[in-house]
Amino acid sequence: MKINLKVWRQKNNKAKGELKDYKVDHVSPDMSFLEMFDVLNEDLITKGDDPIAFDHDCREGICGSCSMHINGRPHGPLAGVTTCQLHMRSFKDGDTIVVEPWRAGAFPVTKDLSVDRTAFDRIIAAGGFISVNTGNAQDANNLPIGKEAADEAFMSAACIGCGACVAACKNASAMLFVSAKVSQLALLPQGQPEAKMRVMAMVNQMDAEGFGSCTNTGACSAECPKGIDLSNIARMNREFFSANLTGK
Amino acid sequence: MSNILDSKIPEGNLNEKWTKYKSSVHLVNPANKRSLEIIVVGSGLAGSAAAASLAEMGYKVKCFCFQDSPRRAHSIAAQGGINAAKNYQNDGDSTYRLFYDTIKGGDYRAREGNVHRLAEVSSSIIDQCVAQGVPFAREYGGLLSNRSFGGTQVQRTFYAAGQTGQQLLLGAYSALERQVGMGQVKMYSRHEMLDVVTIDGKARGIIARDLVTGKLERHFGHAVLLCSGGYGNVFYLSTNAMGSNVTAAWKAHKRGAYMANPCYTQIHPTCIPRSGDHQSKLTLMSESLRNDGRIWVPAKKEDAEALRNGTLRPTQIKEEDRDYYLERRYPAFGNLVPRDVASRAAKERCDAGYGVNATGEAVYLDFFYNMTEKYGRTEATKKGIENPTAAQLKEFGAGVIKEKYGNLFDMYKQITGVDPYEEPMQIYPAVHYTMGGLWVDYNLMTTVPGLYALGEANFSDHGANRLGASALMQGLADGYFVIPYTIGDYLADEIRTKAISTDHPAFVATEKEVEDKIQKLLNIKGTKSVDHYHKRLGKIMWDKCGMARNAEGLKSAIAEIQQIKAEFWSNVRVPGEANEFNQELEKAGRVADFIELGELMCKDALERNESCGGHFREEYQTNEGEALRDDVNFAFVSAWENQEDGWKLHKEELKFENIKIAARSYK
Repeated sequence: MKINLKVWRQKNNKAKGELKDYKVDHVSPDMSFLEMFDVLNEDLITKGDDPIAFDHDCREGICGSCSMHINGRPHGPLAGVTTCQLHMRSFKDGDTIVVEPWRAGAFPVTKDLSVDRTAFDRIIAAGGFISVNTGNAQDANNLPIGKEAADEAFMSAACIGCGACVAACKNASAMLFVSAKVSQLALLPQGQPEAKMRVMAMVNQMDAEGFGSCTNTGACSAECPKGIDLSNIARMNREFFSANLTGK
Repeated sequence: MSNILDSKIPEGNLNEKWTKYKSSVHLVNPANKRSLEIIVVGSGLAGSAAAASLAEMGYKVKCFCFQDSPRRAHSIAAQGGINAAKNYQNDGDSTYRLFYDTIKGGDYRAREGNVHRLAEVSSSIIDQCVAQGVPFAREYGGLLSNRSFGGTQVQRTFYAAGQTGQQLLLGAYSALERQVGMGQVKMYSRHEMLDVVTIDGKARGIIARDLVTGKLERHFGHAVLLCSGGYGNVFYLSTNAMGSNVTAAWKAHKRGAYMANPCYTQIHPTCIPRSGDHQSKLTLMSESLRNDGRIWVPAKKEDAEALRNGTLRPTQIKEEDRDYYLERRYPAFGNLVPRDVASRAAKERCDAGYGVNATGEAVYLDFFYNMTEKYGRTEATKKGIENPTAAQLKEFGAGVIKEKYGNLFDMYKQITGVDPYEEPMQIYPAVHYTMGGLWVDYNLMTTVPGLYALGEANFSDHGANRLGASALMQGLADGYFVIPYTIGDYLADEIRTKAISTDHPAFVATEKEVEDKIQKLLNIKGTKSVDHYHKRLGKIMWDKCGMARNAEGLKSAIAEIQQIKAEFWSNVRVPGEANEFNQELEKAGRVADFIELGELMCKDALERNESCGGHFREEYQTNEGEALRDDVNFAFVSAWENQEDGWKLHKEELKFENIKIAARSYK
């Protein structure tokens, strides 16, 4: 296959960026999207050009590093996959593909397709945990948790923190990411003691980072590679209002 | 035997060593902890757990990771589960059994004292993780669920679907971020450690590069913990993440830390076979699938040939024409033999001409029997259907399989384009884990005082072969429950050491060396990319220091690697500048270290004239093709010291006082 690419190039956070054209020949349908970029970068290096910076690590859809906005969609055309799990068999010979970084004020560009997502870490640091020091725990089976609640908590906990939800949202809202963590811990009995403090602290930090508001378009969940459900946002709203009402 | 290597295993009965140690180890009082600084390199299970736990105790911690967030460390990708001797299944498990299985699984090449401690703390790990909100799989009664892994006959593996590593790491990460929020840990993401600073023989800090600005930074610590993972990427293709590297450990090695058993590599039997030359990494299919999957190849060569050229589908091969070779060779453990045994058996069948894909390097992992007969029938009975049709059995069974392994099946389909609910998976062994690593004593301290190694970065617990679901256990054991005690033994004597200024000549000189090396790489301006050399190195390692090794191959590998090293340093092309985000420069430094490590791995493999665990020397095997250990001459840990003119081997004798060392049989 031959593929034409328009790729966002930006030297650093302060520089002005632009879309540049590239051609990649000899693309195999079995290649992953990132392997196609490996081939392109190998070409660029051989020609003496600067290779394209992009984030990637595990290449099996779980670390949450890869973050390409492909033809206007986070992680490309397929539902439920990260960029590293997207294969070239999803494209046609001769296609032109536009590749950009995540676009959000709270995710400044580091270089080319790589962005700074440390805002997510700061939101977790504000309250995305259960305060239990090492060594404080009781026997694990002393606290039975119904399978349904455990499974639902797991579904929320499956978030990989890639930021596709923010990139998909016209307001660059981080509600899906934040609500997934709030929900996971709200669904479990261990999470109850600090539930109110948690949701307040995380929402405040989310606002302080400059993420936008939620207007319920649902683009976040539709584009989420892990299928994190919109009901997480509803649960977080309930948690947040209840925390507010009780003045905690 | 060298007397330099004091493993510091406490005296006394095996099951009292750790308890006694804990009650007699030196403590640091809370006021003094506040003025002691600890550097943690790496934020995976070992690093995050250690950084969080030490910060909770009051130490000042700095944690470094090269990824953009500590949550992305490669522990996140572990799929199947974590072992613990809880005996929740009432199937006869105990601390001793977990200890015994681990020593035997490691082919009697691990230390009894360390492994027993690991088994002892395993239970507390599960307790801690549940308290943090890790959503492990549960039964309807609300209690924790378990499954089986290879090399054991009990069910002691705790799991969260096929994403156990993710859930455990997010638990440790949230504990870490909690301490970041409280100001007890300062987190340095997108920072790579490029050297250890030693002063008067003790580790006193690191030189790190800010990967975004390219600036070199000096950081002081009273102690330095390397939690930087394994070095499987020396093979280029492995199941490791692209960024996983040996650099932190290797720099430590260059500064005096011994490298132990570098040749012990785990080749995981169930990975998706490679599809072409463009391949950048290999993907694991969790060992937990072997609970329900049966491994086979055709019994007839003509069928294998027809499968390879696509004229036959696996589903068309009759039951009697299939060779379930693991069940045939190892009836007691069947499909649940340990990884090294399963991998070699797959290689044996493929080498004999029974491989099932175009490359001839693939076998089947088939779920059809358990899907229909085990789960399908149970579900039909639950629904009150007495004579279910084949279609019903499959439909009901697929539902159960989906719940257990859904994400793995989806991943397989995504990568290969084949639906594993319809056709058996194709799998082949791939490099997965490295049992070797920095030599550490019982305190997890390397041969450099004040420099520690935790998790996969050290060598201590898995011997020559790691059992499935034990890496997560060891990483968290080291981080949560071992280092918080053992570090006190060293730091109690450091309470009078004031923070050393990073203007100290040792910091200045080490930074200069790092800077010179970076400039050297950038100034070669050759014609070949970093990946070019990495791929060449990987091929040599896989062909000659992979699943099977022999003296002749290893000798030629050493010569070829030396040649690659010379070419790399004269003809590599590293584009860009030092003072910017430069991913090629990062890779170049890592590959330079992999090349040196590769040579040492081959040297270690050549030195060890026996077969044990993941180290299979073709010259040393039984008539049935099983690994042939030599306990008289090789019951020791190889610890390599880096010297000006090469490496010097030190040996730590392994003493088995509680387990009778025996031939390892899974028949």
